[in-house]
Amino acid sequence: MTIGVLALQGDFARHIRMIEGLAAKAVEVKTKATLHSSDGLIIPGGESTTLAKLLHKHHLWDQVVQFGRTKPIYGTCAGLILLGTSPILPNLDAMGLIDIAVQRNAYGRQIDSFVANLELHLPDQKVAFEGVFIRAPKITGFGKSVQPLAWHDGNVVLAESDRILVSTFHPELTDDPAIHSYFIRQVAASMQHRDIQGAA
Amino acid sequence: MSIEKELQVKIGLAEMLKGGVIMDVTNADQAKIAQDAGAVAVMALERIPAQIRQQGGVARMSDPKIIRSIQKVVTIPVMAKCRIGHFAEAQVLQALGVDFIDESEVLTPADEEYHVDKFSFKVPFVCGCRDLGEALRRIAEGAALIRTKGEAGTGNIVEAVRHMRAVQSGIRRLTLLGNEELVTEGKKLGAPVELLRQIKKSGKLPVPNFSAGGVATPADASLMVQLGAESVFVGSGIFMSSDPAKRAKAIVSAVTHCQDFDLIARISEDLGDPMPGIDIATLKEEEKMAARGW
Repeated sequence: MTIGVLALQGDFARHIRMIEGLAAKAVEVKTKATLHSSDGLIIPGGESTTLAKLLHKHHLWDQVVQFGRTKPIYGTCAGLILLGTSPILPNLDAMGLIDIAVQRNAYGRQIDSFVANLELHLPDQKVAFEGVFIRAPKITGFGKSVQPLAWHDGNVVLAESDRILVSTFHPELTDDPAIHSYFIRQVAASMQHRDIQGAA
Repeated sequence: MSIEKELQVKIGLAEMLKGGVIMDVTNADQAKIAQDAGAVAVMALERIPAQIRQQGGVARMSDPKIIRSIQKVVTIPVMAKCRIGHFAEAQVLQALGVDFIDESEVLTPADEEYHVDKFSFKVPFVCGCRDLGEALRRIAEGAALIRTKGEAGTGNIVEAVRHMRAVQSGIRRLTLLGNEELVTEGKKLGAPVELLRQIKKSGKLPVPNFSAGGVATPADASLMVQLGAESVFVGSGIFMSSDPAKRAKAIVSAVTHCQDFDLIARISEDLGDPMPGIDIATLKEEEKMAARGW
């Protein structure tokens, strides 16, 4: 199994460290070839406007959208903004791979960034988790296909639908691998599922 | 929040800015050009370093009106500079809601002995350094991000290279020292031994390390990233050149793909005139900004 981490900008090195800490293989994704050799993709935290512009400039945007129709993607913060349905700029749409409406910098500026204790309701377990929120977005609405997995102050901060997992906070900035470990299990399940489909 | 958690949140923003370019801008139009070109943040200034150099006089914090006008037009983080040791300017910048404060040698220092106590702020600080000791003193004061100083406003990369090499070789040296050598090394560096212990173990600074001061071309940016810069500040290099938008985009690509030399060759074509630049040897000692702070 290979987990690709989009490495155009942002804290991709922290995600790679996290994946490697779980004894899985991680690769930096900057090209079509490295994207398509991956079984799952992480879109890291960074600046969503910058990431969106770079994805278009390097002709990776459509490739990532196609990837997300068959393989799992996990987006943190900026990654979540790209995967949702709310426009990034007035003339720049998001990918719409998960049915969530997003408000950027919803808590305010950097001085309003914070750390909070969360409880994750993963399908297979409930765990305590420290959420690091940096100029974080809020999920302001979500469709029926979306399953919320954690809340803070009444807002959904971790959610999934089909193959797409998103968090408004940054597990890669902590030493707790619970969410990355969950994502790896989802990627493994998706590979198995595709193998069965391929064999049938 | 505890000091540790506040620091985690401050360093967190610095982590988000990695692999990017932070551009100096003096008005809303320039800020939009920078954001469109793919900048990860902008530094809101009244005058860019090359202009400060030309005009002379005391350089101070920017007019808050300029900072507000820039905050209004971009979604990326907005940084601003305060004078070294001028904690009141920093307090004003925090009140303006800037996302990062640069306690900068580009402005005229307000205190020749003490830097700002950066732990007492909620907003994160970036500080300049010329070597490992200076980097560690700033981190000990609470800086969440370090940038090597270079020589701002010259368009000359030589000082940026000198400072980045000094930091990197200082780090490599620490990893080879025995535990019994650390206190003496800390005394020589003028830095707390606890930070030395941490670096000996991890092989890197406890906060991200960016480069500043002198980047004018895509190849300059590639050079600094290959030497260990995790992102690049570009000051005068963009808006003192003849085609800022094109040059800004090219420098962003050169940071993302710092080792793709076919690509850097392509994007370096027809960029127009770079900023004219200054030979460091022609600067008098008192004209060197990097010597400000300690």
